[in-house]
Amino acid sequence: MNKKIMTALFGAGTVMTSLTACGGGGDGEAAASGGGGGSCSVPIANADAPVVSVWAWYPNMKTVVENFNDTHTDVQVCLTNAGQGADEYAKFQTAVSAGRGAPDVIMLETDTVPVFALQEALVDLSEHGASEVEGNFGEGAWRDVSSGDAVYGIPIDGGPMAMMYRQDVFDQYGITPPTTWDEYRAAAEELKAAGGPLMGDLPANVPAPTVALMQQNGAEPWTYDSANPTELEIDLNSPESKEVLDYWAGLVEDGLIGTQDQFTTEYISGAINGDYATYISAAWAPGYLTGAGAGEGADAGTWRVAPLPQWDPANPVSVNWGGSVLAVTSQAEDPELAAQVAMELYADEPSLTDGWTSQTIFPLNQSVLNSQEFIDHQSDFFDGQTANKDVYIPAANAYEGSTYSPFGTTFYAQFTEEIAAINAGEKTGSEALDDLQAEMEAYAEQQGFTLN
Amino acid sequence: MVGWLFLAPFAVVFLLFLVGPLVYAFYLSLFTNGLATGEEFAGLANYSRAFTDPAFLSGVWFVVRFAIVVIPAQMLVALVAALVLDSLTSRFAKFSRLMIFVPYAIPAVIGAVLWGFLYSPNFGPLEQLFGESAPFLLSPDNLFYGLTNVVTWQWAGYYMIIIYAALQGIDPAIYEAARMDGAKAWQIATRIKIPMISAALVLILVFAVIGTLQFFTEPQVLLPISNGSITTDITPNVYAFNLAFRFAQFNYASAISFALGIVVFIGVYVFLFLTRKRGGFLK
Repeated sequence: MNKKIMTALFGAGTVMTSLTACGGGGDGEAAASGGGGGSCSVPIANADAPVVSVWAWYPNMKTVVENFNDTHTDVQVCLTNAGQGADEYAKFQTAVSAGRGAPDVIMLETDTVPVFALQEALVDLSEHGASEVEGNFGEGAWRDVSSGDAVYGIPIDGGPMAMMYRQDVFDQYGITPPTTWDEYRAAAEELKAAGGPLMGDLPANVPAPTVALMQQNGAEPWTYDSANPTELEIDLNSPESKEVLDYWAGLVEDGLIGTQDQFTTEYISGAINGDYATYISAAWAPGYLTGAGAGEGADAGTWRVAPLPQWDPANPVSVNWGGSVLAVTSQAEDPELAAQVAMELYADEPSLTDGWTSQTIFPLNQSVLNSQEFIDHQSDFFDGQTANKDVYIPAANAYEGSTYSPFGTTFYAQFTEEIAAINAGEKTGSEALDDLQAEMEAYAEQQGFTLN
Repeated sequence: MVGWLFLAPFAVVFLLFLVGPLVYAFYLSLFTNGLATGEEFAGLANYSRAFTDPAFLSGVWFVVRFAIVVIPAQMLVALVAALVLDSLTSRFAKFSRLMIFVPYAIPAVIGAVLWGFLYSPNFGPLEQLFGESAPFLLSPDNLFYGLTNVVTWQWAGYYMIIIYAALQGIDPAIYEAARMDGAKAWQIATRIKIPMISAALVLILVFAVIGTLQFFTEPQVLLPISNGSITTDITPNVYAFNLAFRFAQFNYASAISFALGIVVFIGVYVFLFLTRKRGGFLK
């Protein structure tokens, strides 16, 4: 090989390396600052006040922290974006295992709270005045962050579930929004018979909504109390759960719904394209889809939302998917001060208003849920439909709370494999749940839990 | 004494960033840390668990099968390309040499992302060609071949360069002598060139065996877009990574890593033992 080519190759290599370096650059500032040190992504307004470090990733978090820092003289927030969801948890998990490097306050998705609470990585906020803000939230929202008497986080937002659907598809095939799961299946069969698109989707990669749908039918997969953290009850293969998963497996088997992973470009482009007549999702989904480019082009004005179909229309049940809390880590230098930040950050009116008007969050704070402006808001995404009043606020208020898995990441990974097996036609819903139950029992015993 | 001084810069880095973490990982692998029990000394329990763990064993079986298919494929591509390029001297040959090598210059992550888009059933080229019936190359049935393709594309160019360099090292007088004896180009390639570069081929094989058994980047990158057919335990390395950084089982992940190291070591040792007569580079 001659010299010229070698130079060209090294040149190409260097360009490639610097390109990837650029790609990763966005995380640089986040990675640089661990617990208290490093640079803050929002300037400190009052230099004399003690500083509490916060990890959070919501896109309007800078505005929220500016609002906080400008209005507080006694404490300031140093914000770091340590990644979204799983990326942040991986860093937090490493910090927890290492015993240092965690921030004082951390934003967690609601279903992740028990994972870290169990490892004693979070402070029980009931000892730091959490009851003062309990009244700001609905019963279900508060139960989600509590275990027994302990409180491990202050809710920011939630995800009351509903059924988004495509009005254009429904019109074309003469379908009315189903109110029960039987009607949902009937509509799916009608669509298929008429050569229409798929009714919905069963994603393997995000099992959380499937768990919520099982809970809608009365399943209680996890039972434990943080007062007795080593005792655990797992009930994943109850008749209620099996009924739900067999129902979805049946829809897949009959080719009525898709098996596409969600939160992927594939799914988004399919949703925009009208490949799915409905999207069983949560209140934050319109904002997520808008950010991903939906509702602007050919599909503008085609989306509507209806309450989640029910198993028993006489006793409707509301369920929740997603939402986040602010928790205080046990590595916090001043837990009292950190608890104050967890309770007051993203709880002021300007921040909450910015959050819901920008479609970043569906707030759980009662001050917003009861405000006339929020109730009467006409959503552009839903073509002027008053989605909050019609669907999301009633769903949020009717939500009774649930208990999430104390090893959620492992549980979700295993459930993902089971749903993938269903989607590949290898297992029925019941078989998948029996296997899942056995795997989770084995895992729990191996982790030292006592099974009840 | 002075010799040690010269060795010091390397030794410090070597001890700090290779031996140190290895020792620490081994230390970690001797404990268990249950979510409900806390840390306990476990001796070699993690290892006996690893070698009976179906997830780990199926991962090892996957990479072994993968190695059996992918290594011959990429070596064949590399060998043919190198032999062709070696016998040509045109401008086109130089250009081709560069183009075949380029995939190796692309970082593996970027390469995997690129193939992820090419495989996409919604906007990939297969969809444009075959429409609705387009095969999804990351479906459970096609996954093996989908990954084989990515890895061959990535590494064949690199092996080609090694083989090509070895070919350039052969004295042209030998070819001249062969031609005078009436050997055809085909015969020169199979009877002279390939035997004379066998040491380079063995070297490549060792690289490929080690690399394939540690298969990680492509499945890890393609995992989120595979609709669940790439699992978190598809290869031992992916399994170890996810155990540690997703499921917080650092101790067991360390044991898995060491268990994989043992498997690789045995694999390579057996291989070198079998080829000890020809392999000239590890004497």
